[in-house]
Amino acid sequence: MRNEMTIEFLSISENESLARVAVASFISQINPTMEELTDIKTVVSEAVTNAIIHGYEDNPDQKVRLSCAINGEEIEITIQDEGRGIDNVDMAREPLYTSKPEWERSGMGFTIMENFMDHVEITSEPGEGTTVHMKKQLTSTRALCN
Amino acid sequence: MSLHADFIVKENVLLVRLEGELDHHEASRLREAWQQELANNNVGHVIVNLEKLTFMDSSGLGVMLGRYKEVQASGSEMVICSISPEVRRLFDLSGMFKIVKLVDNETFALEMLGVAS
Ligand SMILES: Nc1ncnc2c1ncn2[C@@H]1O[C@H](COP(=O)(O)OP(=O)(O)O)[C@@H](O)[C@H]1O
Ligand SMILES: [Mg+2]
Repeated sequence: MRNEMTIEFLSISENESLARVAVASFISQINPTMEELTDIKTVVSEAVTNAIIHGYEDNPDQKVRLSCAINGEEIEITIQDEGRGIDNVDMAREPLYTSKPEWERSGMGFTIMENFMDHVEITSEPGEGTTVHMKKQLTSTRALCN
Repeated sequence: MSLHADFIVKENVLLVRLEGELDHHEASRLREAWQQELANNNVGHVIVNLEKLTFMDSSGLGVMLGRYKEVQASGSEMVICSISPEVRRLFDLSGMFKIVKLVDNETFALEMLGVAS
């Protein structure tokens, strides 16, 4: 099947759980396993949190856009902000790297996204914003189709 | 679903039981409450029971690591118990179990820290 959704919400931390729940219920129509569902919820939480705290630096009046597409057994998720952007994407992707150690960040967000998804693409322009595009093939549904 | 934290003092141990979802939104509140408990009670060691934690992301790792550093700096120990396989994966990725002790359940954790049950 093919389906798509886009939601836009204010950059407040209450919306982190909203984003997880929205994506989880959207993808439930292709019957992911519990583990796949947890993976997807975790990466959505990571990218949305990054948009709010790093992109918009806790400014609550900005907008985060979240899109999710289902293409057969593949899930595609895009999380976008128009915040400060990332100066050095390669450095940001390094495990344990954080620009905000004083906020008790663990620097594991991008590492988790890369481990839980098949493909992670980060496009960022300083002063313009950041887009994180991720893909994952569901193994459960792939097994069914074989 | 939000996060609920129970703090229980047993001898010189602060027992922290977490229930629900631990994300960035909940992390700052948890950190404040946890630091308050450490300051108000004459405790050294900390046990974190994650049995009823249904979701955690890297913000949760940050809070755990932050408390671990404080507890360790005061010469005490922090032990994590009853972790689910999903949450465990995050800890494994971060390498945190190379430094923080992990045990199966609260009883073992209490025994390990010398608290009679
Ligand atoms: N949407 C974003 N906008 C601006 N900077 C970002 C964004 N996402 C990530 N970053 C940068 O990349 C770093 C690493 O991100 P991450 O791996 O999630 O770790 P953490 O969030 O714990 O700092 C952040 O500290 C931040 O500097
Ligand atoms: Mg992050």
